[in-house]
Amino acid sequence: MKTVRIAPSGNGRTHAPVTLDSLLRRADLWRGRQRSHKPAGQDVSTGFPELDARLPGGGWPRGALTEILAEYDGIGELHLVLPTLARITQSGRWIAWIEPPHIPYAPALATAGLDLTHCLFVVPERRSLLWTLEQTLRNGACGAVLGWPDKATTPRHLRRLQLAAEEGNALAFLFRDPHTAAEHSPAALRLRLTGGPHGPEVEIIKCRGSWERGPLHLAIA
Amino acid sequence: MLWLSLFLPRLPLEVFARGREENLPLAITASRGQLQWVHLCNTAAADTGIVPGMGVGAAQSLTDDLHLLPRDPEQERTALEGLAAWAGQFTPTVSLIPGTGLLLEVEGSLRLFHGPLALRTLVENGAAELGYTAHCALAPTPLGAWILALAGKPLLIRDRSALEKALAPLPLDTIGLEPGTLATLKGMGLRRLGDCLNLPRAGLGRRLGPEVLRFFDRAVGRLPDPRKPFLPSPRFHSRLLLPAEVESAEALLFAARRLLLELTGVLQGRNAAVQRMVLELHHRDRPSTELVLGLVAPSRDPEYLAGLLRARLERFELPAPVDEIVLAADQLLPLSAEHPDLFSNGDVESGDWRRLVEQLRARLGSEAVFGCRPLPEHRPERAWRRTTPGEKGESFDFPPRPAWLLPEPQALDEIDGRPCRGGFLHLIAGPERIESGWWDRQPAERDYFVAEDAAHARLWIFRELRGRRRWFLHGIFG
Repeated sequence: MKTVRIAPSGNGRTHAPVTLDSLLRRADLWRGRQRSHKPAGQDVSTGFPELDARLPGGGWPRGALTEILAEYDGIGELHLVLPTLARITQSGRWIAWIEPPHIPYAPALATAGLDLTHCLFVVPERRSLLWTLEQTLRNGACGAVLGWPDKATTPRHLRRLQLAAEEGNALAFLFRDPHTAAEHSPAALRLRLTGGPHGPEVEIIKCRGSWERGPLHLAIA
Repeated sequence: MLWLSLFLPRLPLEVFARGREENLPLAITASRGQLQWVHLCNTAAADTGIVPGMGVGAAQSLTDDLHLLPRDPEQERTALEGLAAWAGQFTPTVSLIPGTGLLLEVEGSLRLFHGPLALRTLVENGAAELGYTAHCALAPTPLGAWILALAGKPLLIRDRSALEKALAPLPLDTIGLEPGTLATLKGMGLRRLGDCLNLPRAGLGRRLGPEVLRFFDRAVGRLPDPRKPFLPSPRFHSRLLLPAEVESAEALLFAARRLLLELTGVLQGRNAAVQRMVLELHHRDRPSTELVLGLVAPSRDPEYLAGLLRARLERFELPAPVDEIVLAADQLLPLSAEHPDLFSNGDVESGDWRRLVEQLRARLGSEAVFGCRPLPEHRPERAWRRTTPGEKGESFDFPPRPAWLLPEPQALDEIDGRPCRGGFLHLIAGPERIESGWWDRQPAERDYFVAEDAAHARLWIFRELRGRRRWFLHGIFG
């Protein structure tokens, strides 16, 4: 393991060594063109090899926000994450659904392989929505948190959620209005989904740690 | 044996004052016949010049906002019992000195609590958190420890000869003697405890009776002094009278926290935890309000429980001012050895889903936090139900189903009998016929299809088999 020493200051004192590894593990360190080589198992495979191949950690960024901006409900936005959710619940960790737009339908979720004993659904009143997201992300019991934040969500709110996701080391999936694509966001990954005849077109509009951009077609049954 | 005494000189005042954070002038009155005087007062009252013994009229003339309350011996008794139950966390042997204090036999606890000094600090600070001023002393005899505390000597004495030396210089009028006995002893020219200990015993016994002789003998340990142990109630029920009516949840929380600390102390002593507690709020002119706090898993962590209580109270609107609160827990559950980490003292475990659920429920209400599971039922709207989070369920096989279900089927537009939603819908799978529910008068007779709209959103739609044969949207594949 290489050790990076921050250059000693004039009086000859050296600072505590910072290992390269510890730097690389920081979610907020952006490494330009290079793909980061995160330790294996750090990120969570999406279950779609074509998508994994485009993501720097080989999967969903853990401890960070992922925004999914779907043009319409029903084009496959949920199926994009269901394989991941199934694996998380089967491993005994929890997933939380915060303010879903419709009833998450238990028969379909069970068929998709989710262990429903590890699913938590929360429908807070509007003023408690961000608080709820923050608590569930921070708690650490949830491997993934799915949230449908409303239009009033600002980048400042998102930064708070980002910090909470780091603390809880959770996958944070935020389903947001596609119009927010032009807004600034601290999310590590932002995907825009448009409907396609055999599954959604996924466009990477932001991906921390990688220059990957552009569309990708996913066949979601 | 070693005894730690707790003398509560301000108990009559503190049974009221401990329910209130602000220091408003408060005085407790005692009376005989028509005569009424100030028995004890708090610092805010003392600052205005009020002193114990002062007539009530005089006290009232010193400040307008003085709160006067008569002594409440019944409340003092229950408060002391509550404190005794709380003290069970330091030793299994606690006994009451009615009206004024407690005695704790602590010889076996000293090592666990890192010695007498640390233990005394712990007890005094703990009592202060409950709202009581406790003067503590340690001695090898219960009466010796008690006399030291009464006399304001916070000594920690471990052997009998040192105790006798410590007691000897104490003035007779500070050691809790009967007024008659005290007068006789003073009449004999005796001033200090040591004077009595040194007198010929036979003569002293003749003049004052054997009881007084026994008092001195027990104090220094020449005679055994068995104490009746206090037996705490199997359930927790503690009340707190508020010195004045409280209208804000915030102020209520302060008082509730006192009771909560009492509860967690009791739980600590019995190696138990609670899963359900009730906070009763009493109002002057209307039935009391009950706030029930149910937990997913038993806990005894004071910070955690206080957090839940706070969230619950913040969400709650007081229907009327509150003049008394009661905290009750009917079941004190023994802690199982299976989850020792869950109850590790004081720190809130992160990553515990039960805590998360409770935290969310406390703020959002129980109905806002749930799990779900499928049910073996043909009608789609009934093929699932809400559960409490973490509840286990069976699994069943279903044909393809949408991830989202609409709460109510939505009627679709139709053109020439074909379903539309911003354009014609293309049927890509189906029909799946569902005919069910005729027996409970909520029949569903439908043909379900998977359809796609112009934007390639996958929808779950059905057509009625009878009647107007309308089309409905029932789910979205997501």
